[in-house]
Parts: sequence; C-alpha cells; structure tokens
Amino acid sequence: MTVHFPIVAASVSEWIARPFLPLVTAVPDSQLSALNAQLPPTLSFSLSTAAPSRADALLERFPLVLRDLLTGWLPEPLRWLLNSLLAIVAILAIFGLLFAFLTLAERKILGRIQNRPGPNRTPLPFTKLRFFGLAQPFADGVKALTKEDVIPLGADRVLHYLAPVALLAFSILTFAVIPFGRNLVPLELDAAVLYFFAAGAATELAVFMAGWASRNKYSLLAAMRALAQLISYELPLLLSFVPVILIAGSLSTTAIVAHQGGWHWGFIPNWHVLTPWGFAGFVIFMVAALAESNRSPFDLPEAESELIAGHLTEYSGFKYALFFMAEYFGMCALSGMAVTLFLGGWQAPLPFLEIIPSFVWFGLKLITLLLGFIWIRATFPRLRIDQLTRFAWKFLVPLALINLANTAVWSLTSGWTGPLQLLRWALSIAIVVVPFVLLGRKLSAGVAPRTYRYA
Amino acid sequence: MIAFLLIALGTLGTAAVALSLRNLIHSALLLIASWAGIAAFYLWAGAEFVAFAQVLVYVGAVSMVVLFAVLLTRRSREDLAIARESIGRAIGALIVGGAVLGVLALAVISTPLATAPEASPPAATVHTLGLQLMGPHAAALLIVGLLLTVALLGAIVIASTDTPEKTKNTT
Repeated sequence: MTVHFPIVAASVSEWIARPFLPLVTAVPDSQLSALNAQLPPTLSFSLSTAAPSRADALLERFPLVLRDLLTGWLPEPLRWLLNSLLAIVAILAIFGLLFAFLTLAERKILGRIQNRPGPNRTPLPFTKLRFFGLAQPFADGVKALTKEDVIPLGADRVLHYLAPVALLAFSILTFAVIPFGRNLVPLELDAAVLYFFAAGAATELAVFMAGWASRNKYSLLAAMRALAQLISYELPLLLSFVPVILIAGSLSTTAIVAHQGGWHWGFIPNWHVLTPWGFAGFVIFMVAALAESNRSPFDLPEAESELIAGHLTEYSGFKYALFFMAEYFGMCALSGMAVTLFLGGWQAPLPFLEIIPSFVWFGLKLITLLLGFIWIRATFPRLRIDQLTRFAWKFLVPLALINLANTAVWSLTSGWTGPLQLLRWALSIAIVVVPFVLLGRKLSAGVAPRTYRYA
Repeated sequence: MIAFLLIALGTLGTAAVALSLRNLIHSALLLIASWAGIAAFYLWAGAEFVAFAQVLVYVGAVSMVVLFAVLLTRRSREDLAIARESIGRAIGALIVGGAVLGVLALAVISTPLATAPEASPPAATVHTLGLQLMGPHAAALLIVGLLLTVALLGAIVIASTDTPEKTKNTT
C-alpha cells in the first residue's frame, strides 16, 4: 500500500481522507481497489469515504486525528517515519502499563483465590493512601531497577546479557500486526498471521540462550524442557488457526476481522468461535498458547518446586523483570491473536453496542482472556514433562488435524440452506465431539477417573 | 543497494564467524543469525511470505533441532569445543565444500537469468502464491511433504534403537 502524495498534497482533503487509509487496504474488495487504481491517487479516497458508516464516528477516529495533529504538517517520508515511531511508542506505553497492572491483578486474584489478601501495603508516592496496593507495580519497578545485577562467574557473559533483550524484542515484534481497532493496525501485511508466528517462534531461542548461558544445571534443565515443550506445542498452535485462514481466505489480520463482521438474525455475531470448528480451534489455540507462553499448568521450564526458577535462576534485578515483561507481552500478544482470529477482533457483540468504539471492545476481550489465563493458573496443578508432550502429540495434534478436515466440510457445505443447515451443524459438531470423546477415553484408559481417599 | 550489501555482509559475516568459532553453541546461534539474514534478504526482495516462512522454519524449528542435537550428543560443557584441525579433516572439508560449490555454481551458470530488470515486478500476493502451489506446483509440494515425512520417520526409527527388554535390564 503505497500512495505517494506530492508534498503539496498535505492539504485539507488528505487530512480528512487519512483516517480511512487503513480501510481501503483492509477490505479485500477487488472491485473497489480496481476502481481506485483507475482514479488518480488524490481522488482514490472519494470512493472509500462513502462506504464506512461507523468508521467516521469521532471516537473511532480519535487516535488517528490525534496522530495527524502531531505529525500531519510534516513532509511525506519524515511523516511516515514519525507515524511509525508514534505507533511503537503507543504500543509500548499501553502494553507496558497493562503489564504493570496485570502483575498486580494476577497477584491480587491469586491471593483472593487462595484466601489471602495479596499485595495491599504499597501507598501512593508521598502519601499514606493505599488504594488496595495500586502502586505496587511501580514499587516493584523501582526495586528491579535498583537491584544489583548479578552475573555468575562461569556464565557465558554475552549470551547471558543478550537473552532477556532478545526475548523482549521478539515478543514486542508480535504486536505489530494485531488490529487493535477499526483503524488501528500498526503494520498492514499480506502475510500478517505468518509474521506473527514467525516472530513468536524466535522467543524459544532466547529462553534457550538464557538457560544455557547461566551455567547452572537447573537453568540448563529448564532450557531443555523449554525446547521440548515449545517444539511440541508449536504444531497444535499452528494447526489450530489454519481453519480460520481456510474460511476467511486470507492471512491478513484485518481481512480476518472484517470477515467476522455482521450478525445472524441481527443479534448473533459472525465470530468464528460461534461455529463448531471455530470453538474447537479456539480451545486448542488457547491450550497451546498457555504452553507457548510458559504459563501454568505448562510452566515446566520455570517450575519453582523442582527447578528453583528454571532459566531465570541466575538472573536478578532488571533482567529478571525483563523476562517477566516478555512473558506477559507474549501472553498479551497471543491473547490478542486469539481475539483477532476467533473472537471477532474489534467487532462489537451486538449491533447497538457499536457506539462503543472498536478499540474498547478489543481491550475488553483481551482482558477477559488474560483474566482467564490467571484463573487457570490458580486452578490447575502443573503437568509432568511426559504428560505434557503426550498431551500435545497424542491429543491436541490429532484433534487439530480432524478440525481442519471439519472446516473443509464446513466450507464445502456452505451452500446448504433450510433443514440442510441443521444437518450441517450436526455433522460439524459430531466431527468435533466424537473424536474428542473417543480419543479422551482411549488415552485416559486405566488412568482416569481417579478415586481420592482422604485421611 | 546499500541495504542489500549490508544484509549480504551480515549473512556472510555471521556464517564466517560461525565457522571459525570453537564453541559449538556459539556457532549454532550465529548460524541462526545467518539464516535470519537470508530471511532479511527475502524481505528486501519483496517476498515477504517466503521471508516469514524462512524465519518460522529455520529460526523457529530447525534451530531447535540443531541445538538439541548439540546438547544431546555432548557429554559435558568442555566437550563443546571442536577438536583441532588435522590434515584429514581439512581434506575432507575441502572435498565436500568444493563439491557443494561446484553443484551450486553449475546450477547458477546453467540457469537463464534475466539480465535486464523487469519493468514492473509481478505482484505476488499470498493468495496467488497459494493458488500456484495448490495448482501447477501441487506435485512438487506433495513430493516435498512426502520426503520430509519419510525423513522424520527414518529419524525416529534410527533414534529409537533400544528395545523395551534392553531398557528393563539397564534400569
């Protein structure tokens, strides 16, 4: 998407048209783009400005208007650069704050679930107001920054230093392609989903670097576990979203979100999660995402009861905080991708709720998923490494493959109407449920159900 | 052009340093950096799908296999350093490297390359790429898939040599 303006054209018409730029690229409407191609570039927005109804709402456009107020007066190449930098700053600021308060929320919620108050002592700076320990993340930040940075004598100094940096860099990279709102995609890519998982795949390397460079047997064990776990769960993670691409017909995140727009009978949203294959895919995706982000019950690499802190054992101070930041960023990015692929992205659940701007909806869905992550952490015990890999290879991968076939059936039967529609749903649900039950029974034969006897 | 030179320099430089290092893990990590450089080259050439696939496969997956192989085959950390050069090793390396170079050079020379730059590069979207792979090139895709599956199964067969009786005796 490169529409080059003459520098003179930093005029009023372009200023108005600018917010709709993502929309032109987002809608894979070949006719519209063909028409646009025939027009001179300065006129091409006249077609797209008429199409969106919600996109020109003031709140919807607000971030873009704000951005254009800041950079609109600049000549084109400089302006593009500054716009990109602004997007980076916005992502870092918003997700940095989200990270800070997510740690607090996690500790508070875990506390409540375990029947203790959680952190509640930290007052606001220079006051005695506690506000449920709301200032705790900032106190933690100051503590992490001022702590001594310990590097073991036998450590591989370069890799020990590089590991947290690489991990954080790769996790931040993944945010670039997530559509945070109707007009808010930092980077418009044709192969956006592939980019997301390519950037995410590199984080495993950083975990390995941390574990190996520390020269500590617990760290090395954690690194090996991390490798085994991440290789195992990469496959179901990748297979679980292939159905979405099959149905949406695109690897572009904006196109996938656009595909989930609209409502059945005016009130059931067209989200992928509300179809049998979408629901199965969503569940597999979330399980694999839990494992990919090293979250409980798959937190074997840093299992504190066995490996002290796994690959984090020899890290202290700010590097330790960087690891945590990367973990939460990874969790946020994967949840954001789950929202984009299955939960309709920034789409509102009901038509009349569209007055609430799209980025608020995205945020609400994202936070719901993140709270789900925390809830799972408080509820499930940790798996063993053999259980972990067996679960991935014998259960998730076959189910994901069957789900792919299910989606193919769903796509082929899209022409069925009337009573055939019921048959289509029944068929699709059966393809999801029957293998799930059969496979589950076969794998848990002789193991479950367990009987517990209490003293 | 400057970008291309920088990418080429980064790719070749990391590969050269990877060759000269004595520490296998460092070599492996630098090799991964070199693969990432190749991905950067694809991006520079406008083939973003191939670039991301390269990162996903090489930086994400093949790197894991390499690191696993290094960690599982070395007994201790001191064992990680490679043995010093000997005449035999040097001759073997030269023969193998020369053979690979010869094959690649022959392939490059015998391929008719367009000397003049095309007026407008073909717009290869993921969509057209997918249609091409599933249509005219479906056979190649299937053969590659079969080959990889066979390789995977073969690796498992080679790796799992111990029988259940044997493991019972040892434990």
